[in-house]
Amino acid sequence: MRDAFVARLTQLAKADPRIFLVTGDLGFGVLTGFATERPEQFLNAGVAEANMTGLATGLALDGRIVFTYSIANFPTLRALEQIRNDAAYHRANVKIVAIGGGFSYGSLGMSHHATEDLAILRAIPNITIVAPGCLWEAEEATASLATAPGTCYLRLDKSNAGRTNAPNERFVLGTIRTLREGDDLTMAATGGILGVVLGAADRMAAEGLQARVLSVHTLQPFDHETLFRACRETGCLLTIEEHVVGGGLGGLVAETCLEAGVVPFAFHRIGIREGFSSIVGSQEYLRARCGMDEAAIVKRARTLVRARKASLADRGPA
Amino acid sequence: MLGDTRELARRIRIHALRMTNAGESSHIGAIFSIADVLAVLYGGILQVDPARPDWPDRDRFLLSKGHAGAGVYAVLAERGFFPTDRLASHCQNGSTLCGHISHVGVPGVELSTGSLGHALSVGAGMVYGATLDGRGHRVVVLLSDGECDEGSHWEAVLFAGHHRLDHLVAIVDYNKVQSLAPVRETLDLEPFAEKWRSFRWGVVEVDGHNHTALTTALTTLPSTPGRPTVVIAHTVKGKGVSFMENTVLWHYRTARGREFDRALAELERT
Repeated sequence: MRDAFVARLTQLAKADPRIFLVTGDLGFGVLTGFATERPEQFLNAGVAEANMTGLATGLALDGRIVFTYSIANFPTLRALEQIRNDAAYHRANVKIVAIGGGFSYGSLGMSHHATEDLAILRAIPNITIVAPGCLWEAEEATASLATAPGTCYLRLDKSNAGRTNAPNERFVLGTIRTLREGDDLTMAATGGILGVVLGAADRMAAEGLQARVLSVHTLQPFDHETLFRACRETGCLLTIEEHVVGGGLGGLVAETCLEAGVVPFAFHRIGIREGFSSIVGSQEYLRARCGMDEAAIVKRARTLVRARKASLADRGPA
Repeated sequence: MLGDTRELARRIRIHALRMTNAGESSHIGAIFSIADVLAVLYGGILQVDPARPDWPDRDRFLLSKGHAGAGVYAVLAERGFFPTDRLASHCQNGSTLCGHISHVGVPGVELSTGSLGHALSVGAGMVYGATLDGRGHRVVVLLSDGECDEGSHWEAVLFAGHHRLDHLVAIVDYNKVQSLAPVRETLDLEPFAEKWRSFRWGVVEVDGHNHTALTTALTTLPSTPGRPTVVIAHTVKGKGVSFMENTVLWHYRTARGREFDRALAELERT
């Protein structure tokens, strides 16, 4: 996703001189092409994320479209108040880009696990929040955010679902994509774990269980219409995110559905419930440990479908 | 110069005293210590146009010590960015004239602050962009001494020095009294000028209440070619009202009743 982002941003920067990239001293070998091709649109701010975000706001308030770039929690949590007071409150054109969402840097340890960012940024007004699930979404989100007004957050993942777009499909920020049709349950995913969810859906389809798979690439603004339709038509909702279960996609879905009175028969949030991970390992390993690998998703999905059947049976004949 | 900056400073202090009294808000001491700096800046140094607050070539002024926002609202109203009548709404229910400066709905305010250690970074970004575009306006950031405790502040100082942002001007309101105690007892900033110099800034030290000295410093920029300039303005917290000067108390206390009358009388006499 990282390379897809940089390649698209380099293209965009050639066409639009307002685009500007600031890095917090990260991106060795990754941003070199951009820096060489567009030196007047590139800045290494050093290991100083708070200052980087303030700088970006200053550049943006004077007309630039500024992407700040770093890894894991550094461009977000380290500069959180600059994001809130400087960028978001002034609706500045600052696009915060974090690579290494979730357990992408699983072996590097807790400091590099970006597992609360969505919840934390979602609480701040005026921020568009995007976590692409596939390479195509990452590229298209990059282009969309460059033209979207105001402050945005782009969470990029090491893993991805390949390219999930249909021929001639148009990416629309804030619109959920339905990647598999099905009426037995809905699996809504955000971020690179989408690839695992699609694998789970395919395995279930082989068993005759038809899951509807939603790629919720944009958490804010949130496409509640598509979600409500899926909830009504399938009656079972399973959310999957490489993030703590509180405040991210699962929390958002729960809040939105309950408040609107669109309540599924069965609902579960797959996400991190274990707190900080002092255990390291690959992204795949840590996912399995937190019950969000393909097998765990399939198991949970079957449980939900059974729960819905039981719930319908309890109601007796109509 | 647009007129008598000393009279403008006096009016800023009177407005701020009334505003903090009516709004029952704090920080009068921190407002009084910058009233002369504000008067000199808005009395002719800053190239701004009240009729066109968004004029692209204007100088930018950022109040980093957002708690002194009442002083900036007062000077903006005096300069005609909005009617002085509006100052009476400061800190009142439903008002957008906030206790800490906010830009929404207030012409002339460039940046909202209130948390310390933010504005120098934003100012550095503004200058970095303007320099790339070959534009010549200046960005002036007014800081408190206490906020120089913030790490993010020094990130910005390091950045601006490294990038030779010579259109960036920091003014430090060095009144030597911070929130709970004197600066030197809290986190001593000395040797202060040397710190800035070692970060590759040009440094000028002035009496922050001497309008001639301030004017000279702010019309001889950059103080060192190819470097950002810091004007260390030695000031007196609470300047202008005898019983408010050099005390921590008046960082927070609101002048009410007899204290308000005495303060107003002193300001009206000057």
